[in-house]
Amino acid sequence: MNIQIRKFYYGDIPEDAGGSGSSAQQPVTNGTAWPLWEVFIRSKQGLDHKHAGSLHAADAAMAIENARDVYTRRQEGVSIWVVESKYIHASNPDEAESFYEPAADKVYRHPSFYDLPDEVKHM
Amino acid sequence: MPLADLEKIFQDKIDAEVKIEPKDWMPEAYRKTNVRQISQHAHSEIIGMLPEGNWISRAPSLKRKAILIAKVQDEAGHGLYLYSAAETLGTSREQMIDDLLTGKAKYSSIFNYPTLTWADMGAVGWLVDGAAILNQVMLCRTSYGPYARAMVRICKEESFHQRQGFETLLVLSKGTDEQKAMCQDAINRWWWPSLMMFGPKDSESVNSDMSIKWKIKRKTNDELRQQFVDMIAEQVKLLGMTLPDPNLKWNAARNHYDFGEINWEEFWNVVKGNGPCNRKRMEARRKAHEEGAWVREAAMAYAEKKKTREGRKVA
Repeated sequence: MNIQIRKFYYGDIPEDAGGSGSSAQQPVTNGTAWPLWEVFIRSKQGLDHKHAGSLHAADAAMAIENARDVYTRRQEGVSIWVVESKYIHASNPDEAESFYEPAADKVYRHPSFYDLPDEVKHM
Repeated sequence: MPLADLEKIFQDKIDAEVKIEPKDWMPEAYRKTNVRQISQHAHSEIIGMLPEGNWISRAPSLKRKAILIAKVQDEAGHGLYLYSAAETLGTSREQMIDDLLTGKAKYSSIFNYPTLTWADMGAVGWLVDGAAILNQVMLCRTSYGPYARAMVRICKEESFHQRQGFETLLVLSKGTDEQKAMCQDAINRWWWPSLMMFGPKDSESVNSDMSIKWKIKRKTNDELRQQFVDMIAEQVKLLGMTLPDPNLKWNAARNHYDFGEINWEEFWNVVKGNGPCNRKRMEARRKAHEEGAWVREAAMAYAEKKKTREGRKVA
């Protein structure tokens, strides 16, 4: 597929149109990158923790403090979980069809499957 | 599965308004465009902290200083949401930061203009953030899930930025003659660069636009720019100020404001690195990054040492 994207939107300036960077400038990051963490926030007591985003931090304590500064600046949370991203395992979207297939033909798992007379109350 | 089939499934999802998620198959050009666009957007947030940071120590009151700090903090957060979204596409934070600091990656040209007076803080909030918000509201519905979610979060926080900017100008517009003049001067200097934020005219594009087909973008540059002009041309009246464009006029037939031609030579000049502050911005970022290197290393070394110690205790 030969695709060219030629429009120059705000935040989307192609490299060839923007002039190249000076080659004398060497990369400055040097392999001391902090690991990536996933952040989960409980927005109020009684609700589940929900995935809020991710950030980099040297350790768990720093990840929690950074998560507070980044994701709860407007009191969006009362509790924070962090877990290093490398420990998250995920199902494969390419196999979603067969993976979830067993549930597809079991409508009898839903209450609306059962036809009851209107006289039956409280059920 | 043959490539053509994968492409069809992908496009069908987009057409059906199903979001694309990180592990889903996507065309390489879709991935690359998103990485470029999201990282440029992130860089814009980070560089965007500099012109405003310039005024934190000189804000006219404690209240204004606290507001400005909160706004700059938000921008750091917005940069982080966006970097995280770009990282889900397989690029790394170091790579993006290297690209910014070596000048390979771009950021919005608007931040290469200087903030000369306090009124500029108002004009930046009202005009620059106002223009950015139109773009960002559209991007809340972009097809790539992590980008869309980052945008929703950003838009929620961004509206205070624009409101505080307008209010800053409103106070000046009711002040002394000198303050009024300062207000008008800031509007005069920021108006045209703000219009340039939306990018070149649609007519400059000859190829079919994949960004629209893939729903990365949902409106064209000119559509967004017109929306912005219509909005600001009304709001400026409430300030009792004017916009520096003799051709700005309501067109009843179009139901839009007509406006004058943008200086595109200036636009490309600033994009290519010759704006008033390009060098200064990059120098400031590089300096901050280099001077922070020992902190990043020390934090990592401390974390590793602590982990080793805890490991020993368990054993």
